[in-house]
Amino acid sequence: MKTPAFLYHLYTFYRDGFKNMTVGRTLWILVLIKLFIMFAVLKVFFFPDFLNSRFDNNESKADYVRQELLKINQ
Amino acid sequence: MEILSSLVDWSRAQFAMTAMYHWLFVPLTLGLGVIMSVMETLYVKTGNEQWKRAAKFWMTLFGINFAVGVATGLILEFEFGTNWSNYSWFVGDIFGAPLAIEGVVAFFMEATFISIMFFGWKRVSKKFHLASTWLTVIGATISSLWILVANAWMQYPAGTTFNPETVRNEMTDFWSVLFSPVAMNKFFHTVISAWVLGSIFVIGISSWFLLKKRQTDFALKSIRIGTVFGLISSIILLVTGHGSAYHVAQRQPMKLAVMEGLYHGKEKADLQAFAILNTSKTYDNTEDEFLLSIPVPIPGLLSWLGYDNCNAFVPGVSDIIKGGYQLPSGQTALSFDEKQRRGKEAIRSLSDFRQAAATGDAEAKAKAKVGLDENYDYFGYGYIDKAEDLIPNMPLVFYSFHIMVILGMYFILFFIVVGVLVYRKKFENIKWLQKLAIWTIPLAYVAGQTGWIVAEVGRYPWAIQEVLPLNAAVSKISTGSVQLTFFLFLALFSVLLVAELGILTRQIKKGPEAEVN
Repeated sequence: MKTPAFLYHLYTFYRDGFKNMTVGRTLWILVLIKLFIMFAVLKVFFFPDFLNSRFDNNESKADYVRQELLKINQ
Repeated sequence: MEILSSLVDWSRAQFAMTAMYHWLFVPLTLGLGVIMSVMETLYVKTGNEQWKRAAKFWMTLFGINFAVGVATGLILEFEFGTNWSNYSWFVGDIFGAPLAIEGVVAFFMEATFISIMFFGWKRVSKKFHLASTWLTVIGATISSLWILVANAWMQYPAGTTFNPETVRNEMTDFWSVLFSPVAMNKFFHTVISAWVLGSIFVIGISSWFLLKKRQTDFALKSIRIGTVFGLISSIILLVTGHGSAYHVAQRQPMKLAVMEGLYHGKEKADLQAFAILNTSKTYDNTEDEFLLSIPVPIPGLLSWLGYDNCNAFVPGVSDIIKGGYQLPSGQTALSFDEKQRRGKEAIRSLSDFRQAAATGDAEAKAKAKVGLDENYDYFGYGYIDKAEDLIPNMPLVFYSFHIMVILGMYFILFFIVVGVLVYRKKFENIKWLQKLAIWTIPLAYVAGQTGWIVAEVGRYPWAIQEVLPLNAAVSKISTGSVQLTFFLFLALFSVLLVAELGILTRQIKKGPEAEVN
């Protein structure tokens, strides 16, 4: 029966912690807005992974990079 | 080529801006973290509630800084994947492994204990809370270790081998990567510089309270901790700074030459205390290096810093390009022309290897592999067109280095003066020094940023030292898209910075008397 009591304490710990936040509330809002902009906007629309978005497997990625490295020198 | 230069320049500018922005937050997290933990330790040991109040106040500022700065480093990883895809593929798991460990171990360590640190004052025992505070700070420090290990590998690629089949570097010895002398020195130098910044921040903000005649006891207690911790840290920083110079001299001699504006090498080389570079000087003309130069009055200081020997020969830019001088290993340094020839040979071997693999010619493949292995150390030189391209932006590196060193010396003096005056109970009456302490806060940030400029701009033209130059590391994307995201980041970072400074200032004005969470 110890586990449910522990989980309950854990739950109330975080519940009360978040409820009693003052400056922390503003900070959480700031963090969530920032993470939304970073992952839902910048990552999705502006920062696709160059190789992953063009090639399906490691072999073709390796081929592409090899070609690039050989091409620059020519 | 012009388009490529422009693409490389914009990609570099974007990476530099993101890294510099990220580095506004990290040092305060690391430095303030230790100071608040020391204060809480004093509270637990003595039971003095003033230490608890002080710890909680600095902890709130730590939290604001942490919240605004958290995840800004992830943007660098976006940039690796989008702007530097050749590089990202080429480094293989060398970068992936440390960053994955950083993400899993250190991040979760911080995330777990930081909530206990902020929410647990009345919910857990004093000792458990103290342990959580220390573990949060240790977690943040371990985070920085893995990032710095990855960065150090780019400066000194150790513990890996290049696989021409996958076109990737593969880790052969994790411990060589982790405990490379460059990585260890970089870790201590960087973290300890953060401790210095944290100390200056505490002294500066506490001085503001003294100027306002508010919370005098709290301010003086904080200043005492700040000066002792700051002085010890800044003296250790001298030692790790020497370590940095030593490793740069052994492995990145061009960086050292540029840091000191040294075009022509010499034995018993002096360190410049103050100098103005002659910008029309090139490595192959005979003009003077400086318009004005005042060396440190310790003969052979640069030789000692770089080689632990006051009489050692320090090669200049011209020597490094022309070769022919004796390396610390006893071998003779190769010229740029020879390194370029061997680099092209390595690239040709990579091409031969591919063709042999495609035709199934095992003998030709083995021969190409031998040619690649023999010349791989110079692989990157095959992409460098002319010798001048090996020289980093000398004014930027030179002045950044000297600003960093001068500020480092000033910080030691600052900690001594403040410490002595606080001990003699005179500091609270010296208003100009309190104002100076406040203005020293931005100087600490300048020192940290210039240090990174020296480390990173000084590495030019290499993404990975001598193995992969920037023009081969960059993704072939449009320059316009990099410019667009550069300005998007500039806007985002500016808004976040204004937000942080606003919240931080408001919280400082409330002072330690405000009970916050």
